[in-house]
Amino acid sequence: MDVAIVFLPLIGAILAGFLGRSLGDRGAQLVTCIPMVVAALLSIVVFFDVALGGNAYTTELFTWIDSGAFELSWALRVDTLTAIMFCVVTVVSSVVHIYSVGYMSDDKSIPRFMAYLSLFSFFMLMLVSADNFVQMFFGWEGVGVASYLLIGFWYEKPSANAAAIKAFLVNRVGDVGFALGIAGAFLLFGAVQFDAVFPQVEDMAETTISIFGMEANALTAICLLLFVGAMGKSAQLGLHTWLPDAMEGPTPVSALIHAATMVTAGVFMLCRLSPMFEYAPIALDVVAYVGGATALFAATVGLTQTDIKRVIAYSTCSQLGYMFFAIGVSAYSAAMFHLMTHAFFKALLFLGAGSVIHAMHHEQDMRKMGGLYKKIPVTYTLMWIGTLALVGFGIPGVTGFAGFYSKDIVIEAAYAAQSSAGGFAFVMGVVAAFLTSVYSFRLLFLTFHGETRADHHTFEHAHESPRVMVWPLYVLAAGAVLAGAVFYGPFVGDGREAFWGDSLLVLGSIIEDAHHVPFWVKASPMIMTLLGLWLAWYMYIRRPELPGEFARQAEPFYRFSLNKWYFDELYDAVFVRPAFWLARGLWKGGDGAVIDGLGPDGLTAVTQSLSRRVSRLQSGYLYHYAFAMLIGVVLLISWYIFMALR
Amino acid sequence: MNIGNDILTALPEIFLACSAIALLMLGVFRGEGSSRLIMTLSVTALIVTLGLLLMGPTRNTSAFNDLFANDGFGDFMKMLVLIGAALTMVMAQRYIEREQMARFELPVLLLFSTVGMLMMISANDLIALYMGVELQSLALYVVAAIRRDTLRSSEAGLKYFVLGSLSSGMLLYGLSMIYGFTGTTNFTTLAEIFANGGEVSLGLTVGLVFLSAGLAFKISAVPFHMWTPDVYEGAPTAITAFFAVAPKIAGLALFVRVLMGPFGELVDQWQQIIVFIAVASMLVGALAAIAQNNIKRLMAYSSIGNMGYALVGLAAGTQEGIRAVGVYMAIYLFMNVGTFAVILCMRVNDRMVERIDDLKGLSRTNPLIALALAIFMFSMAGIPPLAGFFGKLYVFLAAVESGLYILAVIGVLTSVISAFYYLRIIKVMYFDEPSEAFDQPIGREMAVVLTATSVIVLLFFIMPSPILESASAAAEAFFPAGP
Repeated sequence: MDVAIVFLPLIGAILAGFLGRSLGDRGAQLVTCIPMVVAALLSIVVFFDVALGGNAYTTELFTWIDSGAFELSWALRVDTLTAIMFCVVTVVSSVVHIYSVGYMSDDKSIPRFMAYLSLFSFFMLMLVSADNFVQMFFGWEGVGVASYLLIGFWYEKPSANAAAIKAFLVNRVGDVGFALGIAGAFLLFGAVQFDAVFPQVEDMAETTISIFGMEANALTAICLLLFVGAMGKSAQLGLHTWLPDAMEGPTPVSALIHAATMVTAGVFMLCRLSPMFEYAPIALDVVAYVGGATALFAATVGLTQTDIKRVIAYSTCSQLGYMFFAIGVSAYSAAMFHLMTHAFFKALLFLGAGSVIHAMHHEQDMRKMGGLYKKIPVTYTLMWIGTLALVGFGIPGVTGFAGFYSKDIVIEAAYAAQSSAGGFAFVMGVVAAFLTSVYSFRLLFLTFHGETRADHHTFEHAHESPRVMVWPLYVLAAGAVLAGAVFYGPFVGDGREAFWGDSLLVLGSIIEDAHHVPFWVKASPMIMTLLGLWLAWYMYIRRPELPGEFARQAEPFYRFSLNKWYFDELYDAVFVRPAFWLARGLWKGGDGAVIDGLGPDGLTAVTQSLSRRVSRLQSGYLYHYAFAMLIGVVLLISWYIFMALR
Repeated sequence: MNIGNDILTALPEIFLACSAIALLMLGVFRGEGSSRLIMTLSVTALIVTLGLLLMGPTRNTSAFNDLFANDGFGDFMKMLVLIGAALTMVMAQRYIEREQMARFELPVLLLFSTVGMLMMISANDLIALYMGVELQSLALYVVAAIRRDTLRSSEAGLKYFVLGSLSSGMLLYGLSMIYGFTGTTNFTTLAEIFANGGEVSLGLTVGLVFLSAGLAFKISAVPFHMWTPDVYEGAPTAITAFFAVAPKIAGLALFVRVLMGPFGELVDQWQQIIVFIAVASMLVGALAAIAQNNIKRLMAYSSIGNMGYALVGLAAGTQEGIRAVGVYMAIYLFMNVGTFAVILCMRVNDRMVERIDDLKGLSRTNPLIALALAIFMFSMAGIPPLAGFFGKLYVFLAAVESGLYILAVIGVLTSVISAFYYLRIIKVMYFDEPSEAFDQPIGREMAVVLTATSVIVLLFFIMPSPILESASAAAEAFFPAGP
């Protein structure tokens, strides 16, 4: 069954990709959507069997590498973690597949798009079901490639190409860390299979390794390297710059890859490696600090963006920060819980935004929207649900949307950690919760409320999306409303130990502690959310002139946020331009002047000039010829006399 | 000392000399217009000579008071000379008729020259050597200038004559030095002197240098090559073809005989001369040819370079080296005869053309000739599996085995450079837009020569043993106790 889940999307991708021309658009949509939906249904069965029934197992496919002591097989490791990811990936992917049928209906290369989507799903499933580092790396790189292809899907657009290349290159930085981490793990443990590595971790926790002459804890070093890989994929502070630009891709892509699945691969990887990270407390602290900083940073940037998709992209970045700092305080289950609920409501928001964009004829600037609730009421309602889930709306102790449960447990865990890293993360999380609320409702109010700022024609023609695009959203909306309440128990509640089984290792009792934090801690996110709601309402409904006023008054802050803390400019100056400068130098100077100049071109020139000179000797004058002969004889005789005298 | 035995030993040479004299008489009596007959008879005489050579008593016999020696090496080289001479004369007839230079003296002179070459190859004495060289050269001086009504031909003949005299002077001076310092002119005696540890004085070395200079002129090795391009270009093409093949083989054979025979013990002395000449020839041959537009000049430099490669084998001074020289010259013979056959076909509107640009688009106007020339050019460039590759391979192998690594490396490098101009001809033929087509038909004898030579060059690698084994046998002559 697990094999079918992983390989059905690949079959769909191959069919649509190679036979797309003969299948036609409709055929390509069918051969990709049907396997995906089947995989989703099977995943739910697997979820019940493995996660709820507690039947973790591993399926060996075949030997991949058998070289000396290094042996490696393709194998699918199915435990609770994998089962959750199977569900998230296949359900969201199915929804996106079906949604794409409507969204991409005008596109001229539908089979290619569907094939890419299915290919991505295959790689993602491979990643989450890997039973060793190398196979995980295979999936990891595969989703990177698929992401590159999908971001650059509209390859006629220079901006899309640039974004695709940027995403690929920034991810390379993380992947170098990941690859080094894998190599380090192999060096330390002599194996790359998780089952072989994890039991050794405790014994190896104190081993040191010499890096550039410095003694360092080997496990900490490996975990930090692996975390660098996770940072790249999950767009954490420093390696986040590709994610907003990736919004150049079609909106379903953003929903699938850059909200629900691929960007959470880093979170998944750290949870999978919890047996390693638990013994590397320094690495965990780093994770918590980076996660907390990302959560706040992305939220501040989200406040001022005007592109509807970019706001959601920064929101994703911020929410990933939450997940990471949850991991940083060992609350892996909370991180996975937030990952799952986030997948539902963020995909819902993205697809809802896609629906808005579809209605507005591919207008993405929120300043040119407004008042749309009359035109597209269904989308409007769904966006409200998504937003309420994102900001974590709920009544403490009673009920609430999905995000309410997951975000609260994350923040409570951070407080309960009682460490400086946890404290930092807690403060960042609470402040970010306020900002999340502000930018989320700002998005809603700017898009749907107030007087319309769209031009008359566009506004008049704004229309609700077709059913094929709306129905999938209902599935996600149901998840956004219910997932938190339903899965709170097994994920982080009383049933958590039976639910997770051996798939996670936690040394402390962080989740238990999180349930016993003071009431003000539990209430603070909700209070922050309400404050944010009020502020957004005041600034964008009550006094719409206020934001402009504010931007003028606090211009430096506004600019700092609008320009994303100048990360792109900084990287451009520090990395991109020197790299270009160096490359140009090596190209013109190194290759052009030195290698070509001394090599092919130089030799040719020397040969030609020698050739000219030798031909010029052939003057045609007899006495020159005779002279040359005599010179030759004289030279030879001089040589011999010289040799004889020596 | 039996005169009958002497005559028997030198029968091929004597027969050829007598035939030449007889044909001269016949020509004189029949007058102008007998050119075709004389040419046919000359070729027949060459073939008969070849037959006598193959059937005659051989293997280390000497005659005429040890002035004349027969051995396996001589037989092999004479065979090449006779084949080369015969083939080029076959190709020449139609050409000289078209160019209004069909005089009966021409084949007769070529026969005399060939006799001289055979004499050179068999010479076993410094005096006999000089006689052979002069007989060969004097005939060729005349032949080069045979079109005395055209400026270029006369100039070529005159230049050749003047410089040839200079080289003869050097040669003679060298011979007298050697005689002065050793007291003998006989090769066998010389070899005995050095084998018994005779002292090598500076004067003898100087004599050796002069001797080498004189011989280097004959094979147009640098720096005694200057006459070659001018004479090749100025002489009538059919004559150039003759120049390029038979005298070169004979000259090189003489070079080998002199250095390996009497001075075989002095390898250390003369090796440096040969290395110097070989390197200079390969370099000049490769570099100067690039700048040429005239295909005959190009072939001049090509032959200079080829002589350089052949000298690499001689420089090795080993049995493998000599065998490599033999193989190289055999292959050189067929490649050059074939190439000149193509050049003789280069006629547009009843007029000879000789620029490389005239070959443009030959692959479309005359695909068979283009194919043949492509085979020769690829072979000369040393592209496997054509014959030219093996020629170079054996030569370089011999050099490497003798420890002459730098020489071999230079040889390979110049071979790369020279590949440029050989391949350029192919590019011109196959990738450029056609210019005017060549006149058809090319004649039956041309077709036969072209087919035969290109098949030999193309398929050498399938059956290399006849040439390889003959060359091995030839090389054994200098190493009687060899394996």
